[in-house]
Amino acid sequence: MALLEVHKMSVNFGGIKPVSELDLQIEEGELIGLIGPNGAGKTTVFNLLTGVYTPTEGSITFNGERIDRLKTHQIVKKGITRTFQNIRLFKQMTVIDNVKVAFNNRLKYSPLEGILHLPRYKKEEAWLEEEAMKLLKIFELDKYAYELSMNLPYGKQRKLEIARALAGSPKLLLLDEPAAGMNPNETNELMQTIKLIRDQFNMTILLIEHDMNLVMSICERLVVIDYGMVIARGTPSEIQNNEKVIGAYLGQA
Amino acid sequence: MKNKNKSLIILGSLLLTYLFLMIGLSLGMINSYFSGVIVAILINVIMASSLTLVTGYLGELVLGHAGFMAVGAYTSALITMNLDLSAALEFPIALLCGGAFAAFIGILIGIPALRLRGDYLGIITLGFGEIIRIVLNNLKVTNGAKGLSGIPSYSNFTVTFFVTIVIVTAFYLLIKSRHGRAIIAIRENEIATDCVGICTFYYKTFAFAIAAFFAGIGGGLYAHYLQVLSPSSFGFLNSIEYLIIVVLGGMGSLSGTIIAAIVLGVLNEVLRAFSEYRMLIYSLVLISMMVCKAKGITVGLILDKLGLKNKLKFRGKQNISIGKEG
Repeated sequence: MALLEVHKMSVNFGGIKPVSELDLQIEEGELIGLIGPNGAGKTTVFNLLTGVYTPTEGSITFNGERIDRLKTHQIVKKGITRTFQNIRLFKQMTVIDNVKVAFNNRLKYSPLEGILHLPRYKKEEAWLEEEAMKLLKIFELDKYAYELSMNLPYGKQRKLEIARALAGSPKLLLLDEPAAGMNPNETNELMQTIKLIRDQFNMTILLIEHDMNLVMSICERLVVIDYGMVIARGTPSEIQNNEKVIGAYLGQA
Repeated sequence: MKNKNKSLIILGSLLLTYLFLMIGLSLGMINSYFSGVIVAILINVIMASSLTLVTGYLGELVLGHAGFMAVGAYTSALITMNLDLSAALEFPIALLCGGAFAAFIGILIGIPALRLRGDYLGIITLGFGEIIRIVLNNLKVTNGAKGLSGIPSYSNFTVTFFVTIVIVTAFYLLIKSRHGRAIIAIRENEIATDCVGICTFYYKTFAFAIAAFFAGIGGGLYAHYLQVLSPSSFGFLNSIEYLIIVVLGGMGSLSGTIIAAIVLGVLNEVLRAFSEYRMLIYSLVLISMMVCKAKGITVGLILDKLGLKNKLKFRGKQNISIGKEG
């Protein structure tokens, strides 16, 4: 069975239907690109999958469980984490604290244990420091660990956001335009990072991206949406020659 | 190792401060008027640092903090007046009960109010603060507008000093724990906090309850220091006064809040002759803070000019990243 199964998912805000009857299956270990022209409803799909919005119709099944009525933080616990189109780091916190926040669910000590520095606090915080550092090392952010995250250069902020999303040990990672605003060098580096995540964590990834170069070279399968509906699915080379897709992007002749 | 040294230094300097003040008191160099001022300042420190947890660290505007103080003050005063135990036993019980009841009220108010944010939450808490005051004004147990009198005098300098230290330390350690990190993360970006699997609503209510708990204890100390209570001493302006301390201390800096509480407490006494103009002076100070974009009076600011340089560097980098985002 597929890891994520979206069946006829729709949402409407008043009269507007940003997503209608969307079907999507993602198998474990896949890297899928979700593309479409501006305003096609890509980010809305992400917001629906992560519980920021609730679908008005249809169902989302993740790992055999219905998740379409759960709240965002409950969905994260089931194993879906995400990054944002416009970076949302905890700016005034250090780089390592950004990652530590995301580990919160795996720590068990109570506020009182935290205040009194009881053994469980010490044990868990020591483990946390080690794990967070390990994660930062994978992304080569360890030397910035104690800097404020807002002082990182743009490309590194993106990386940190991905690291933070991985700290929740997800099964499915949603990346919302990770290459937005990056120069070609940074984009290349990002591609390496995404490959690294797949190899190291064996992660299933759903990716929104406008950078066709990146999408075509790393995604195995693409889903193209326009006006909230799927207009094409297939391998990158199939999509490149699909008339509907060309029409959606360039306008019908 | 470094941390241990640091906390030893802090502990040592606190004890020295205590000894210094205590010697002054017992030799009569500091008269009872001044010791009263010191107790009042310490209570302000408790109130402001508990408000800092919500306003500074959680980033939510609360305009009814004096309400929680009132709940704690009345609860603990009623307990000590009606219990017949030795002071050493009934005072801690009264303080804890006052705090617990204030926390309970805090949760009760927080559950509906914390669904809102920013200005709306500010207005709601303002309303609840006033409700608490008006309820106290009309209840029989609290003796209405006449207030309570004849509360035993338990809050002396020593007790208040050590309770303040315990509370401030507890806040500091709480902020450094996973719960504190979650609270700060909510201030930084609520949506992102939700998306890393933290139930923001739970942590908001939690911070609100803890702040109310300590405000309640502050209220208990206040009641047993003044020995008389009336609802009018927990009005809207008192809440604003604590908020001013928090803003002056640089929103989200515990050390800054403490320093601001002390500075304002001393200023209050010095400017007693011009007390009508106090609010005027406060507003001027706040406006100049905002205009200078200062991060409040923090230890860093006072200790070295280097801190200032770093701050300037920050601002430059921040601008660059904003430019890139746009």
